Parts: sequence; C-alpha cells; structure tokens
Amino acid sequence: MSQGANQQEAQAGVQSSQPWNDPDAVPFIRFEKVTKKFGEFYAVDDVSLDIYRHELFALLGGSGCGKTTLLRMLAGFEEPSAGKIFIDGVDMAGVPPYERPTNMMFQSYALFPHMSVETNVAFGLHQDGYSKSEIKDRVADMLALVQMSKFAKRKPHQLSGGQRQRVALARSLVKQPKVLLLDEPLGALDKKLREQTQFELVNIQEKLGTTFVMVTHDQEEAMTMASRIAVMNDGVIKQIGTPFELYEYPNSRFTANFLGQVNLVEGTLIDDDEKYAIIRSDDIGGDIYIDHAVQGHEGTTLWVALRPERLRLCTEKPDDSGHNCFAGKVEEIGYLGGLSTYHVRLESGMRIKVSEPNTHRHNEPRYTWEDKVWVTWETGSASVLNQ
Amino acid sequence: MSEIKPTLKQRFDRWMIRHGRVLVIGLPYLWLFLFFLVPFLIVLKISFATAEYAQPPYSALFQWVDEGVNVAINFGNYLFLLSDSLYITAYLNSIRIAAISTVITLLIGYPMAYGIARAKGSTRNLLLMLVILPFWTSFLIRVYAWIGILDREGLINAALMGMHIISEPLIMRQTEFAVYIGIVYTYLPFMILPLYSTLEKMDGSLLEAALDLGCKPWKAFLKITLPLSMPGVLAGSLLVFIPAVGEFVIPELLGGPNTLMIGRTLWNEFFSNRDWPIASSVAIAMLIFLVVPIMYFQHIQGKTEEAGK
Repeated sequence: MSQGANQQEAQAGVQSSQPWNDPDAVPFIRFEKVTKKFGEFYAVDDVSLDIYRHELFALLGGSGCGKTTLLRMLAGFEEPSAGKIFIDGVDMAGVPPYERPTNMMFQSYALFPHMSVETNVAFGLHQDGYSKSEIKDRVADMLALVQMSKFAKRKPHQLSGGQRQRVALARSLVKQPKVLLLDEPLGALDKKLREQTQFELVNIQEKLGTTFVMVTHDQEEAMTMASRIAVMNDGVIKQIGTPFELYEYPNSRFTANFLGQVNLVEGTLIDDDEKYAIIRSDDIGGDIYIDHAVQGHEGTTLWVALRPERLRLCTEKPDDSGHNCFAGKVEEIGYLGGLSTYHVRLESGMRIKVSEPNTHRHNEPRYTWEDKVWVTWETGSASVLNQ
Repeated sequence: MSEIKPTLKQRFDRWMIRHGRVLVIGLPYLWLFLFFLVPFLIVLKISFATAEYAQPPYSALFQWVDEGVNVAINFGNYLFLLSDSLYITAYLNSIRIAAISTVITLLIGYPMAYGIARAKGSTRNLLLMLVILPFWTSFLIRVYAWIGILDREGLINAALMGMHIISEPLIMRQTEFAVYIGIVYTYLPFMILPLYSTLEKMDGSLLEAALDLGCKPWKAFLKITLPLSMPGVLAGSLLVFIPAVGEFVIPELLGGPNTLMIGRTLWNEFFSNRDWPIASSVAIAMLIFLVVPIMYFQHIQGKTEEAGK
C-alpha cells in the first residue's frame, strides 16, 4: 500500500503544478450538480466534480456506486436527469456520442469481431473522412505505440486478452480525443499483466498529455495510476483527493476502509490540550493519544483510524512515554512473503490487525500463535474521523 | 483376493456410459436412414426406370436372367427433362419466385426481428409469441384463409367496393402476386427467428463503440449490425428459399394456371400423367439444385462458428 504513497511523493517533485489547488485554474471537465435517475433509483445523486487538463482521474467505488454512469454521461450514452456537464467549456447537453470530443475504452473492449486489428483502429478515422494515406500512417503510429504492429492483420478472436486491451486502447486514442474514458481498463487481465499494463498506460498518458478519466473498483489500480481519485458510494462522491491525501487523510470511515487496510476504533474525545488530544475508547480498553488537533469538543464520538503498517509489535512493554500501548495475544498470522500480518486480540477483546515488513530472512517468524505482545504506535500515526 | 461383483444396475450404468453416446446419436440416424435415405434411394431407382402400364407403373432396374443380373438403366428421363422446355421453365420460375419471396421476407423480417431483439423482457416474449402463434393452426387452413381474403368476392374487394374506392373487383387470387403473399406470409417466421437469435446475441457495446468513434447511428447499423447479423440473414434466407422452391400447396391454391412451379409439375407427372420415372427424375434434379446452397450454407456456418471462438 505504501507503494502508492511513495509514488505520489516521487511525483510531487516532477509534477509541480497541481491545478486543483490553484483557485484560478479552469477545469477541463465540469460536472455541475449532476443527477441521474433510473426510474426511482438514483444512480448518481447531485454530483459536482472538476477535472483538469492532463489529469489521470480515477472514479473509484464498488459495483453500483454510480461511477460507470458518470463515465457514460461523459461519453454521451446517458443524459443527466438534472445538472450540466461541460467539456472544455462546452455544455454537452444533447450532444450525441458521435459528436463529443471523447473516446471510450470499453470494459469488454468492444472490438468489432468482423474487422482486423488495423480496420478496428482505423474505424474512427474513416468516420472523420481522413485521407487513406493519413489513416494508414496514424494507425501504424498508434499500433507501434501499443506494440501491436505485428498483429495488424489479425482478427480480435486471434488475440490474447492483453493484446485485445492494447488494440482497444489504440482504437480509442487514434482520434486524439480531448478526453479518453476508460471503463475498468484492466479488469479483464490477470494480476501480473495488470500491474505491468498500469505503468504502460500511465506512460502513454504522460507521452500524449490526453486527459484520462478512468473507472475502477480496484483501489490499488487507482492509487498506482491516478493523479486524483474520487471515491464514490451510493451515487455520491465521498472524497476527492490525490492517492496520498486519501490514504493519509481520509475524511470518513468509508474512505479509510475502502483504501487499504485499517483498524477503526470508536471513542470519545475527553481532552484536547496543546500537546495531545486524548480519546477514550472502550473498544481498545484505554486512552489514545493524538499529537494533532482534532475536530470536535469534549464528549464528541470519534473514530481513530489505525493503518496496520503503522502499528508495531513488541514482546516487552516499551518504556518510552507509555502512550498508545496495549497488551494482547497473537491470534492469527498471515505470511505474505514481503510482509506478515498479525491479528492480535487485545485485553479489551478487540481484534487489531498489525502488519510488519519481512526485511530479513529470519529462520523463524518473530511471533507465533498465543505469544503475548504489545501493540504500540506513535502519537502522529493515527488519523481521527468525525463520520 | 475376491473381486466384488457389480450389481445388475451398476453393470447397466457402466454399459450406458460406454455406449450411451452411440445410442443417442444412433437412433436419429436410424430414423433418417429408414425414412429419408431408403425412400430417396427408391425414388432414385425409379428415376432410372422406364414408364410401363403395369403395377408398379415402371420397369424393374435389376432382372435375374439366366443366373445373371441384367441391369437396365435408363438416362432417358433426365435427357427428357432437358429437352422439354416445360421443365426448365418450371425450375427457373420456381427459383425466381422463391428468390423474390426470400428478398421480400428478408425486407419485412429484418426490421421485425430487430424490433423484437431490442424490446424489453416481457414485451419481447409477447412479440416472439405472436410470431410463432400462426403455427398453432394448420398451414392449409391459413392458406385457405388467404383465398377468403384475396378472392373476387373476398374481404379486400368487399371492403374496397363497400367504401366505393373501386367499382370492379380486383383480380388478386390466381395470380403470381397471391403466390408471393402466400409464401411471404407462411415463411416469415422462418426468417424472423434466426435473425432474432443473431441480433439478440449481439453485444450492445459494439454499437456504442461505433457511435463513440464518430459513426452516425444509421451508418453504425450498416457497418456493424448488418455484417454481424449475416449468419442470421443467410440462415433465414435459406430456410425460406429452399422450401419455397419446392412449394406445391401455395401455387396450387393461390396461384393461377400460369403460375408454373416445379412442385406442381411434379404433382402432375405423378398423379395426372402417372409417369413415375419422369416425376422421380424431376424430384432428384430439384434435390441436386437445392443441395448446393445447403452445402454452401453449412460451409459458411462452420466458418463463422470457428471465427466466433
């Protein structure tokens, strides 16, 4: 999980401009109070969202959260029941898909089965009446970009899943759309290929500078690829932010839970002085010390989000401040190679998840079942949630 | 070590597992052999015989003469088919009428199949039901009903004359027009059903992809839907064309004396002329005519199935 955060930090150096933080920046795509109803069901409920030029923006959420509907409204396959959508300043109301400056890469790829790879890619250009030689050149360039030149004469059914994905990408990029829409672009690929393709897609996006809007249910995919992510649930956007912001500063239990692993501890704010905010929790059986300001007054119910990799296990009670230190027993161990996860049953009865990187080749695991351990974390590691 | 003896049921089950396939495939093949291939061979045999005033009314092909077999094959019937323009005209006429009917059926059936495939769940089932519904009454009765509609004193003429749109009844029955109506009406479901099944299977995202790439809806239909529904078009067309070529009842009841089709010629040879060998050779020649498109169809279907994988 830290991979996403690291990448973000690395990107922060290169990508100096963050238009979403610039109040003068003009959004490239704008959803203005967009609602989409299917019968009595609100697929998208009063969503406002700005996406900027050259972004790789991800709509992230579980099935039925409205992310695909949002994308289809951008493509023109659905019209909003209320609200407006602007692309590059132009109101898209009533503009049919074939006149929009968008192209879509479909989840099923939707390659035309009766046409060769070449003809599939050339299809969009033919519609716009380019000359034969220009079509030929642009198709060849695009196939070279996705490394499919060798397969130009093949039919889709003669290709593997990964190859089809590349053809679909080439077909949707060849018209140089202002916005490329990707519906679960890597959903049909196996894990290894998916990871490899993620970076290829990002490279292509950086090379072409096209604005990408991607729909995915895979949080890892969103975090690896996107400049910003909108986390959606039940037709509304729960939070928008960079992968780093979402992971480190979730604004709700939903986001905290959706991105990565988290232990959520319910408690009451009992003291908020200059040094620490103290949250008393029956769940964890003690007080939690937080070294940053917390929203709310004394007596407010809050949730403390503890990421498993920010927690530490020790066999002896650490003798520093004594803050945030709870005793328990190892109940379950999951060995994942690079890291191990431990489920620790605290004395309060709460089960807490801790993960530790396996940085050395130990002969034996550090802890085993029924070991008595202390779970501890630094006062700055936890984030506090109001909802 | 003593072996456990399988019970009778176990033995039966094992036998079924080993030989069940042969049994399942074998029965229909036996059926086809007895009721299709054997009669066909008999007809083939008769087509090489000579007509005689006897019982049966044709000469024997094989004769036992002095401990040897005397084979008398008569190609004359086939040569006769070629020499008499009646037969060639009848064949060509049948093919022409069947082809035109097929095209009309396709033009009417395609939009219907498309509409049904695009309809929502319950409406779709209702529409399919309506297409199949006419099969629940006898074919003959439905053709007779058309006599009642197209006749000189039929429904259409009565209505038009009642409304004073025409003063003289239109001659519709006993024309080629009536034959077209009959064939198109009768065979329309055979066109709609295969077309529906290919159109219904079509991935809707393909059309969306075409629109997305800048294709207008009517062009997307021509470039995507139509080519992808070709197996259905072909299947439907053959299902209409092949039986229409040999159609007897419709031209007999709705067509005029001038509507010359091969089915009627065949009937006349058998029942009016009692020339079984000629009738048989007419039948065999028609079969050969029709086997070619069937084989072509099978070939194409095999190819598309392979491509669909």
